Amino acid sequence: MKTKERILNRMTLRFPSLSENERFARLAVSGFISSLDPALDELSEIKTAVSEAVTNCIVHAYRDTVGEIRLEVRLLEGCRIYISVKDSGCGISDVKQARQPLFTTAPDEERAGLGFAIMESFSDKLRVSSKPARGTTVTMLRTLRTRKPADGKDS
Amino acid sequence: MPVTVFYDAKSRTVLAELSGDIDHCSAKDMRMPIDEEIMKRLPKQLILDFENVSFMDSSGIGLIIGRYKLMNDLGGDLIAVNPKPDVKKLMELAGVQRLCKLIYRKRRSLIGGMKL
Repeated sequence: MKTKERILNRMTLRFPSLSENERFARLAVSGFISSLDPALDELSEIKTAVSEAVTNCIVHAYRDTVGEIRLEVRLLEGCRIYISVKDSGCGISDVKQARQPLFTTAPDEERAGLGFAIMESFSDKLRVSSKPARGTTVTMLRTLRTRKPADGKDS
Repeated sequence: MPVTVFYDAKSRTVLAELSGDIDHCSAKDMRMPIDEEIMKRLPKQLILDFENVSFMDSSGIGLIIGRYKLMNDLGGDLIAVNPKPDVKKLMELAGVQRLCKLIYRKRRSLIGGMKL
């Protein structure tokens, strides 16, 4: 997703698709965006959205295998946060279907089929681009109603 | 322990106190002790207590739906109690209130003489 705003800060993490890294990923994002002083409910929503995106990589993209997940966070002007979660896994053949609430390919593992619906509710903009056998990139944009502007100036 | 399980014979209630973060990783470890207790006791009621749950994603919803199905098969009820505001928001977004009773505080009155 292209963004017009100037990037004030950014970070990229690469980690293997191990289940214990779900927690690591959301805590890393939470730590990185803390300079923007997000409200607790905003922080919780962002952590949940990140957790959903990373879990999708682990459960679906790299099913029965371990691959690399690339997580990028950018802090943009106007208290906007850009989060991208990229895998090189199996890809999604029908993104529109995958984004439908309650659609899941893993009901036996108690996946509720709500991952994308939650990411969508907890971000202002969600983009999913995927190619079968190549991988998936999920990008989320979220503007904080924050008290402290990221650029240190009054907006 | 991410989950502690109790049983009250008088009210035939299994109470599971969940704690910490519920994600895909931890939900796997929470399922088994709860289901073992349910299969052992065949209760009329399962109470999932979310008071000490600090974070939850859709894996927690999957956990609730799975336990709902199990209790439904046994002809029993599921009650979710004490979720924190963020957890409650996610539950309501997912429509959990259509499957089970959601109670935002107190559980002791629900289970009568249960000693914890």
